[in-house]
Amino acid sequence: MIWRSLDELAAVPAFQSARHNEFPPGATEPPVNRRDFLKLMAASMALASLPACTRQPIEKIVPYVKQPEELVPGNPLFYATAMTLGGFASGLMIESHEGHPTKIEGNPGHPSSLGATNVLQQAALLDLYDPDRSQTVLNHGQPSTWESFATAFQAQMQSVQANHGRGVHILTETISSPTLRSQLQTLLGKYPEARWHQYEPVNRDNAFAGARLAFGEAVEMHCHFDRAKVILSLDSDFLYGHPDNLRHALAFADGRRAQSGRADMNRLYVVESSASVTGSNADHRLPLNATGIARFAYELATRLGLMAAGSPSELTPETRKWIYALADDLLQNEGTSLVIAGENQPPDVHVLAHNINDFLGNIGHTVTFTEPVINPASQIESLRDLIAALHAGSVETLLILGGNPTFTAPADFDFPAGLLKAKSCIHLSTEVNETSALCEWHIPQNHFLESWSDGRAFDGTVSIVQPLILPLYAGKSAHEVLDVVTLGRSDYDIVHDFWSQKMAGLDFEKNWRQALHDGYFANTRLPEKRVSLRTFQITPVAQKTGSLEITFSPDPNIHDGRFANNAWLQELPQPVTKLTWDNAALLSPGFAAKEGLANGDIVDLELNGRRLSLPVWITPGQPDDSIALHFGGGRSHVGRVGKNAGFNTYTLRTSDSLYIGRDVRMQKTGGHYPLVTTQTQHAIDSEERQIFREGTFADFKADPEFAKKSSETPIETLFKPEEFKTDGYRWGMAIDLTACIGCNACILACQSENNIPVVGKDQVSKGRIMHWIRVDTYFRGTPENPDMNHQPVPCMQCENAPCELVCPVGATVHDKEGLNLQVYNRCVGTRYCSNNCPYKVRRFNFFQYADYHDTTLKPLWNPNVTVRSRGVMEKCTYCIQRISMARIGSEEQGHKIQDGQLKTACQQVCPARAIVFGDIGDPKSAVSKLKANNLNFSMLGELNTRPRTTYLAKLRNPNPQLTT
Amino acid sequence: MAQIFSRRSDSILRASLLLLLVVTLAGAFVLHTMYWSPYATRETVPLDQPVPFSHKHHVYGLGIDCRFCHTSVEKSAFAGVPTTETCMTCHSQIWKDAPILAPVRQSLATGVPLRWNRVYDTPDFVFFNHGIHVSKGIGCATCHGQLDQMPLTWKSHNLYMKWCLECHRAPEKFIRPRSEIFNLNWQAEDQLVLGKKLVAEYEVHTNQLTDCSMCHR
Repeated sequence: MIWRSLDELAAVPAFQSARHNEFPPGATEPPVNRRDFLKLMAASMALASLPACTRQPIEKIVPYVKQPEELVPGNPLFYATAMTLGGFASGLMIESHEGHPTKIEGNPGHPSSLGATNVLQQAALLDLYDPDRSQTVLNHGQPSTWESFATAFQAQMQSVQANHGRGVHILTETISSPTLRSQLQTLLGKYPEARWHQYEPVNRDNAFAGARLAFGEAVEMHCHFDRAKVILSLDSDFLYGHPDNLRHALAFADGRRAQSGRADMNRLYVVESSASVTGSNADHRLPLNATGIARFAYELATRLGLMAAGSPSELTPETRKWIYALADDLLQNEGTSLVIAGENQPPDVHVLAHNINDFLGNIGHTVTFTEPVINPASQIESLRDLIAALHAGSVETLLILGGNPTFTAPADFDFPAGLLKAKSCIHLSTEVNETSALCEWHIPQNHFLESWSDGRAFDGTVSIVQPLILPLYAGKSAHEVLDVVTLGRSDYDIVHDFWSQKMAGLDFEKNWRQALHDGYFANTRLPEKRVSLRTFQITPVAQKTGSLEITFSPDPNIHDGRFANNAWLQELPQPVTKLTWDNAALLSPGFAAKEGLANGDIVDLELNGRRLSLPVWITPGQPDDSIALHFGGGRSHVGRVGKNAGFNTYTLRTSDSLYIGRDVRMQKTGGHYPLVTTQTQHAIDSEERQIFREGTFADFKADPEFAKKSSETPIETLFKPEEFKTDGYRWGMAIDLTACIGCNACILACQSENNIPVVGKDQVSKGRIMHWIRVDTYFRGTPENPDMNHQPVPCMQCENAPCELVCPVGATVHDKEGLNLQVYNRCVGTRYCSNNCPYKVRRFNFFQYADYHDTTLKPLWNPNVTVRSRGVMEKCTYCIQRISMARIGSEEQGHKIQDGQLKTACQQVCPARAIVFGDIGDPKSAVSKLKANNLNFSMLGELNTRPRTTYLAKLRNPNPQLTT
Repeated sequence: MAQIFSRRSDSILRASLLLLLVVTLAGAFVLHTMYWSPYATRETVPLDQPVPFSHKHHVYGLGIDCRFCHTSVEKSAFAGVPTTETCMTCHSQIWKDAPILAPVRQSLATGVPLRWNRVYDTPDFVFFNHGIHVSKGIGCATCHGQLDQMPLTWKSHNLYMKWCLECHRAPEKFIRPRSEIFNLNWQAEDQLVLGKKLVAEYEVHTNQLTDCSMCHR
């Protein structure tokens, strides 16, 4: 059986009733008596007649004084740029309307994007327009100017010139920008005693340390999932958390697309300590606590024959069976298997992974190595040096370029106290955060869409960060801050000068312009590097039985906390748990039952003498003796959105337990905190209706039509299928459930494209989340270790749409191309349509969710989509604005829309290319081919709704040794 | 016991009912008249502008083509309003000191754009596209009227949805050859015969024209 939540599995009556109600209690007006009802109605009538008396206000037309080149008013322009996170650049293509960026897309030519983006890149647009951004230079918290800062900073640097910059410390985040690194080198050349520190809470320290142990040098590992038949992830979230996640997702999905008639399909084994996106895509998933994963890797290496068996194995029979089957599978796929260890795992596990890869002959085939793109020096040691200097009082000037170390540094470093001992501190950041509050100077940092910079992709490709708009506020970039003490140039001059020197030649300007157009310098990928293994000696840590551990990982939505003020990300249901607006201590159903804990119960956690109280969330697939914490939530100095959202788990994270904390004590406090999840909302009777269909690759080969067989047969119909066979386009969509990895990018792409508002935690708890496309997660199996399945659900665009029949005002009707339209200006808000929608995809504006008043947010809106007001129903219409623009464009040029030329926002963003949209009337279109596939099925097709959105059943490829 | 109602009560009641009917009908008539009146629609009402620009002078008098100023009318949703530089192309030579053009010169000097009042303003939930209308044979004059006769610009039609649908339901009544789009004085000899021919020739998808999604998204 499949289930969505533990309540459903346990058949809790409240869940059953919630499933049958479109709107939860409280969604309609509170009960009123007849008198109050009449009063309200009279008042409503009076108020309703008032706006009818107003005339349309006169709007202004404001033409340019001087027409910018290339710009046609009303038509968008697209520019290439890049966003760096954790040092790694990913190429983007930004849609700009009359000079303001309105949508972020991936850059199809960029190796780290391939046309897709993840949720963080999608949401970065909202950060640009965030009204709570830092807007002015602050000196001791008082508004100041860039000029006074520059004067003070120059004086400071001059005073330390005599002793070669002793006492000057620069703290940056992970840097791959060649320009910034050269600037730092210039500065360090001028002040040889100055020190550069690099720290970011999400880093690759363990991976580099592992590489150093294994190969004697810090090299970067590149995975080629498209060449791998058997993949093992040792706690690595390579599809979501890895810097190269977008490329991984496409390669991984390409190895699984069974509908293309391929003869084989890759197989993914995941051993992990907390349910991740990657784990949810596993054919075989083994929940083990983080300490146990090292043990697992050791046992696997032993079984493979890499080394002689050491201490007697302490594995459970089940795990042993798993290891034996996995080892056999790996040995049968020498050269086409791949083992990857996660950044949260200690270096030993990385060493074991490298050795296994080497043993299996994978190096050079499925994994390759290059020099690292970023400085591989240990970031935690770098920060430790800084802390020592700070506490010793030897820091004259601390320049913090980006980041928020006060919040993110390990708790035992006591960074805030150290910071106060620095004689002078300068902090550059996009928001006034915990660190700015303690610094003498705060400089507002430009958003990447406002500044010139560069960066290197994970494979080394040099990517240019190009601004789309002039700085909205008095911001500066890190380049400009560093240049204050040298030449005082603008960021464009700094970046341009750097490259013109580096690539000096007659054709530089031409190359430069080409790079700006493409978003990257072609052929700047790092060359493959030959590596050779050193001998190794590993003895895994033995875990005390009964000991409880904590794992720390970055928040899947707000990363290390930097996106805490981003409402799109805060409201986005987190993968697997579907929690919104909060983080929690994730624990297993078995452990919760043992401790008598329910969702939202507050517990006290104690680790190395530090305590933290936070609510718990019971997560299927979590190992019993491990609690998973996400860091990033619970910010104290943050804008309006991030206030009171989540709990600060950095307070438990110390430098000796950065990812894994052992010997944790947990105590139930008796308190309760309301956590909000969307997992139980918009649920459809799933059990008997087979709305999610799946099978194994072997099943598919034996019976290719298995997905067509439903337990419910369609009722006889009088409906004529010819009705919608019109001459023009017939839009349709197919979603490949095998390819979908559940990364949520489609949700945010849709939100950004369609001006979808956020509603806040309280409204989400009432089931009023506005996302037009949701990603349902279905579990199958036991709560201890279920299979997880993702199903994106947009509007199905039923040909025979139940919503249309019940609308009293004709606000939801069909058009000739088969779309089920929602006409906002006709809608009067009866909500009958939503009640009659079997797919629960309609969203109602219970309040004025769209912000009509904040002028800084207005340029964010897509000008081609109506901004809906209160009392209006809304839903997906396959990005009708894109269809209209494509239709108009093609008709003006006198041809038909080419297949693949028109993409919906969800399709365009999808890293796995699981969503395909197009003309189903054209048998040669990609979508028609998918719909003709044997795996194609309609969700609730037995209702005769004839949905235009259909699914391709999910295929898994389990190991026969483990299924029997 | 005395009668509660006097003999006159019946008459008063009848008169009141009649009055109520008259007041209701009169009210409805007033509202209807107002709704369709230039007061509400601003049809034929010239709007104040920062510079009293005359289409009559520039189009009829000087014969300047529409596209000289409205540059994006064939390729964008928005027809385009001339930049200050476009105005100054001529007015840096002719009437270069005219007081009436002071705001234009000031705009060029300061870089602050002129702020024109929008004459044709559809509601924000309507997405009108100039480019497709022009390419399908709808002339400027069909919606904008005899602009060459307007000293100050006014709306020629009320822009109510009913008016849009007059053409969307029967484009053959309004369509014209592409060569005559910018000719404000063009008249067909037999519009219906020509219209039907052009609708077919220009591939106007008449079955789709009244879909809500044509204009609303």
